[in-house]
Amino acid sequence: MTASAFGPILTAGITGGQQAFPFLTALVLVPAGAAVLVMLLPRSATWAIRAAGMAATLAVLGIAAAVLDQFQAGFGGYQMVSEHPWIAPLGISWTLGVDGISLFLVLMSAVLFPVALAGATARENPKSFTAWVLFLEAACLGSFLSIDVLLFFLFFEATLVPVYFLIAGWGHERRGYAATKFFLYTFAASAFMLVGIVSLVFIHQGQTGVTTFDIRELASTHLSGTADIVLFLSFTAAFAVKAPVFPFHTWSPDAYGESPAAGSVLLAGVMAKLGTYGIIRFDLGLFPHAVVVLAPLLLTLGVVGIIYGGIVAAVQHDLKRLVAYSSLAHLGFIVVGLFALTGESLSGAVLQMVNHGIYTAALFLLIAMIYRRRGTFAIPKLKGLQSSAPVLAAVFTVVMLASIGVPGLNGFVGEFLILSGTFLTHRWWAVAATGGVVVAAAYFLWAYQRVFHGKAEPVTGEAPFAEMTWREALVLAPLVVLIVALGVYPQPVLERITPSVDALVLHVEQAAHPRIPLAGQPVSGTLAARTSTAYSSSVTLQLGTGGERVPATRATGRETKGART
Amino acid sequence: MTGSTAILASMAAHLLAAGGIAMPRIDYTAILPELILLGGMLVLVLVSSLSPRPLPTEAYATATVGIGIASLVASLVLWRDVSDHGPFTAVARAVNVDGFGVLFLVLVSCILVVAPLLAAGHLRREGVGGCEYYVLALISGSGAMFMATANDLVLIFLALEILSIPLYILAGFDHLRESSGEAAMKYFVLGAFSSAIFVYGIALTYGATGSTNLAQIAAFLARNVVTSDGVLLGGLALLLVGFAFKVAAVPFHMWTPDVYQGSPTPATGFMASMAKAGGFAALLRVFVTTFPTLRGTWQPAIWVIAVLTLVLGAVVALVQSDVKRMLAYSSINHAGFVLLGLQAATARGVAGSVFYLFTYSFLVLGSFAVVSAVGGKGDERHGLERYRGLGRRQPALAVTFAVLLLAQAGAPFTTGFFAKFYVVEAAVSAHSYALAAVAMGTAAVAAFFYLRLVFLMFSDVGRTIPTHEGAATGGTPTDTLEMPSAGGVATLVAAPVAALVEVAEPDPAIVAVSPWVAAGLVLCVATTLVFGVWPQPLVDFAHQATLII
Repeated sequence: MTASAFGPILTAGITGGQQAFPFLTALVLVPAGAAVLVMLLPRSATWAIRAAGMAATLAVLGIAAAVLDQFQAGFGGYQMVSEHPWIAPLGISWTLGVDGISLFLVLMSAVLFPVALAGATARENPKSFTAWVLFLEAACLGSFLSIDVLLFFLFFEATLVPVYFLIAGWGHERRGYAATKFFLYTFAASAFMLVGIVSLVFIHQGQTGVTTFDIRELASTHLSGTADIVLFLSFTAAFAVKAPVFPFHTWSPDAYGESPAAGSVLLAGVMAKLGTYGIIRFDLGLFPHAVVVLAPLLLTLGVVGIIYGGIVAAVQHDLKRLVAYSSLAHLGFIVVGLFALTGESLSGAVLQMVNHGIYTAALFLLIAMIYRRRGTFAIPKLKGLQSSAPVLAAVFTVVMLASIGVPGLNGFVGEFLILSGTFLTHRWWAVAATGGVVVAAAYFLWAYQRVFHGKAEPVTGEAPFAEMTWREALVLAPLVVLIVALGVYPQPVLERITPSVDALVLHVEQAAHPRIPLAGQPVSGTLAARTSTAYSSSVTLQLGTGGERVPATRATGRETKGART
Repeated sequence: MTGSTAILASMAAHLLAAGGIAMPRIDYTAILPELILLGGMLVLVLVSSLSPRPLPTEAYATATVGIGIASLVASLVLWRDVSDHGPFTAVARAVNVDGFGVLFLVLVSCILVVAPLLAAGHLRREGVGGCEYYVLALISGSGAMFMATANDLVLIFLALEILSIPLYILAGFDHLRESSGEAAMKYFVLGAFSSAIFVYGIALTYGATGSTNLAQIAAFLARNVVTSDGVLLGGLALLLVGFAFKVAAVPFHMWTPDVYQGSPTPATGFMASMAKAGGFAALLRVFVTTFPTLRGTWQPAIWVIAVLTLVLGAVVALVQSDVKRMLAYSSINHAGFVLLGLQAATARGVAGSVFYLFTYSFLVLGSFAVVSAVGGKGDERHGLERYRGLGRRQPALAVTFAVLLLAQAGAPFTTGFFAKFYVVEAAVSAHSYALAAVAMGTAAVAAFFYLRLVFLMFSDVGRTIPTHEGAATGGTPTDTLEMPSAGGVATLVAAPVAALVEVAEPDPAIVAVSPWVAAGLVLCVATTLVFGVWPQPLVDFAHQATLII
C-alpha cells in the first residue's frame, strides 16, 4: 500500500471499464423487477408471493457476493462502473459504481432484506408488503451505488414511498401519525437538497461548460466560501434528518416504534445508513472546505446525540423506543467518526455503519419475537423471560453486548477505531463520546435485567413464554455469525474500506489546505497529524492480523505522536 | 365587454380610413388543428340534432376522442414542419406557428383525447347526456389553441373568450345542482371582470406602443426608450392581472376554490388543465417575447406573485376537508411552480413551464376523474372520510389515485418529480435561489395533504377488518388488481382497465367506474409512470418549446 495507490481517486479511476455482466445495475433492477412481478401475482397465492420475495432478495445477496468477489482490494476508486446516458439533455446519467465505502453497505443491505422478509413478514396482505419491501431494496441499493448525484437523489427520495406504506399499512397503533411525520420530515429536509444539487451543477457548468451530475466531475468544482457553506448545509440537512443526527431525530422514535418489525429492521438497519453514507460520500466529497470549517459543530451534535440518546434510552419503558434512542446514540458515534476526518475514524465510521445495521436489525427482530409472544413492548410488563426461554435470552445477550461495544464482538471494532481516530484530532469530543459507551452499557444491562431476570409472574390465561423456534433461530443465525466474525476478524473488511477512505481524507486535505490556516487556530499541526494518521493507520491495519489489530492501532497512535514530536 | 367592442370598432374605422379592409391570405394548414376541432364540433352538433333518437354519451365521447386524435395528428405534422423548416407566421402575422405554440397544440389535443373518456362516466351517471359537454370542450380547446399561437393581443383576447365562455357553461353544466349554478355564476362574473381588465391592458399597451401585434410591440420597444412609461407599465400590469386570473395565481385566485368545488367534477379537471394551458401559453409568450426589454420591471412582480401563489396554495390546502377544494388549492400551488419558469424568463424556464403543464394536465385530469367516481351519484360526497379504506374496497382505483397524488407531490420516478426538477433547475440557473427554495419548501408542505389522502385510502390494508365492517363491505376485499396469469400483451394492456372497472353494486361503499373512465385513468397513470422512468422523450419535446417573435 503506497501513497500512489491512494491517488486523486475521487476525480478519476475506473478499473475494468464496462463489466461483461452489469452486476450493479442488476442489483437495482432485480428487486425492482421482482416487486413488479409480485404485484402481478394473484393475492391468494401467498406461498408464491413469499417464495418470489425470498428468491429475489437471495438473488440480490448472490449478486452482492459476486460484487465482493470481483472487488479489487487495495484500490480506492469506483469499481465496476456502469455508465449509461439517461436524460441526456439535462446531463443526468445512469451511473453506478462501488468503492470501499459503499461495498459493505451494499452487502449489509443485501443480507438484511432477506432476513427481514424471513423473520418479520406480514400476515395480512403479504402481496403488497413483499412488493413494498422489494421496492425499498431497489431504492436503497440504488442510493448506495449511484455516482450520479441526481440519480442518488431520486433513489434517496424513492425510499420514502415504500417505507411510508409499510408503516401506514402494517404499523402499530399510531401508525398514521408516525408514517406521515417520517415522510414529511425527510421530504422537507431533502427538498432543499434538490436546490443545492442544481445550484452546484450550475456553478460547475459555469466553470467548465459541462452539465453533469457525476460526482467525480463535481468534486473538482471551485466554490466560494459562502456558496460552499450554504450548499453543504442544504445537503447536510437532508442527511442529518435521515440519519438522524440530534436535534433532527424527533421523527425516528415514532417511526421506529410504530413500524412493523420488518420496517424497524430496515429503517434502522439500512435507511439510517443512507444519511451517514450521504455525509461521507457527498458532504466530504463535494464540500471538503465547508466540512473542515463546520466539523466542530457537527462533532458537537454527534456527541450530544450520543449522550442524549443514551440518557433518554435509559428512561424508556418501551423496548422498541429504547432501541430507537440507542440507535440515535450509535449514529452519533458514526457522525463523530465522519467529522473527525482522520483515516482511522472514517474507516471506523464506515465499519460501524455496517456493524450497527447488523446488530440493530438483530435487536429489532428479537424484540419482535418477544412481542409475538407477549403482545407488548412495555418493559414493566415483561419479566423473567430467561427462565422459560434461555436460548432467546442468550442470543439477546450476545446482540446486546455487541451493541454495547464489548471487545470480541463487532460493535467494539468500529467504536474503538472512531474513538481512537477522533482522539488524535478532537480530544475532548472523543472523551465526551467515550462517556456514551458507559451510558450504553448502563441502559442496556438495566433493560436486560428487567426483562429477562427475576421470576416470571404468570398471568392467568396466558401461555408460558415460548422458546425460540428453529425458524427464528435460522433467521437470526446469519446475523449472530456476522456479529462474532466481524468482531474477531474485521481485517478483510477494513482492508477494502481503508483505501477509499484514505483517498477521501486526502481529497479533503488537499481541497481544504489552501484556505487554512484560519485565524487564531493552530491548524497546520492538526493537519499533519491527520494525514500521517491516515497513512500509518492504514499501513498498520494492512500489516496487522485480526487478533493483534487492537494493540496495533494503539501503536499507531503512539507512532504518530512520536513522529510529530 | 364594451371595451372589446370599442377597440374593434376603432380598429375597423382605422382600417377603413386607410382604404378598406384588405383580407389577409389565410394559410389554412397553419390553423388546421383549430379547424379540426371546430369542424368536428359542428359535425357533433349536426349529428345530435339530426339523429332520430338521442345517442348515448359514450358515442359522443368516442367521437370527441377521434376529433382529438385527428387534431393531435395535425399538430404533430405541424410540429414536424416547424422542426424541419423553422417557425413561421400566418394569417397576416396574427398566428405564430413556432415550436412553443405547436407544443401547446399537442398538449391541448392530448387533453381532448383524455378528458372525454373521463367525463363519459360522470355524464351517464348524472343523466346529462347529449353532445353539449363535448361540443363545449371542443370550442374551449380551440380557444386554448388560438391563445397558444396568437401573435396579436386582440387575437389573444378573442381566444381567451373562446376558451372561457364554454368553461363558464361547463361549470354550470350540472344544472340540477345548485352549487353548480353558483359556480358558473361566480366564474362568469369574475371572468368577465378580468376580461375587461385585460382589454383595458391591451388598449393601454396599444396606446403606448402603437400596435397590438406582439412582434411590432417588441420591435417598437427594442428601438425606442419609453421615457414616460406610465401608460405602458399600466398596460403591462393589467395584462398580467388578466392572465393571473385565468391561471389562478394569487391574489387573483379567489374564484378558484368555489368554482372548482361547485363545478361538475370532470369539468373541474378539464377546466384546471385547459384554462391553465391556454392562460400560461399566452402569458409566457407575451411576457417573454414581447416585453423582454421590460424584464427588470415584471420579473420582480412575477417573483412576488409566484411566492404568494406557492405558499398560499400549499398552506390553505392543508386545512381543507373537501377533496375538491383541497385539489383546487393544490392547483394554485402548481400554478406557482409554472410561474417559476416564467420568472426565470429564459429558454430553459419556458421549456420547464411547458414540461410542467404537460405533466400536470394528466395528473389533474386523472385526479378529478377519481374524485368524480368516488363522489358517487349526485357528485357531492367529496369529504376526506369518503376515502377511508378505499385501498381495501377498490385497490385498483386507490392505487391509481395514489400514483396521481404522489406524482403531484413530486415523488421520484413519476413525471411530477421531473416537472418540479425542471422548473427549479430553471429558477436556479436564473439565480432565483430563494424562489427555488420557497418552491421546494411548499412542495414539502403540499406532500402532507396528498399523503393524508393516501393514508386514508391505505391505512387498513395490513389489518384484519372486524367482522361487522366485513359484513358492511359485502363481497370485499375485491381482488381487482389481480391480473389473469395467462395472457399476452393484449391482456397486459386490457387488464388494468378491467381491474379498474367496477359496475355499480347494491353496496353503497363500492363506487362505479365505467370502462371509459378506466381507460382514461390508465392513460393518465401510464404517462405519469412511463415518462417518470423514461422522461427523455418528453424532455426533448419540451426543449423544442422555442419562442420566436
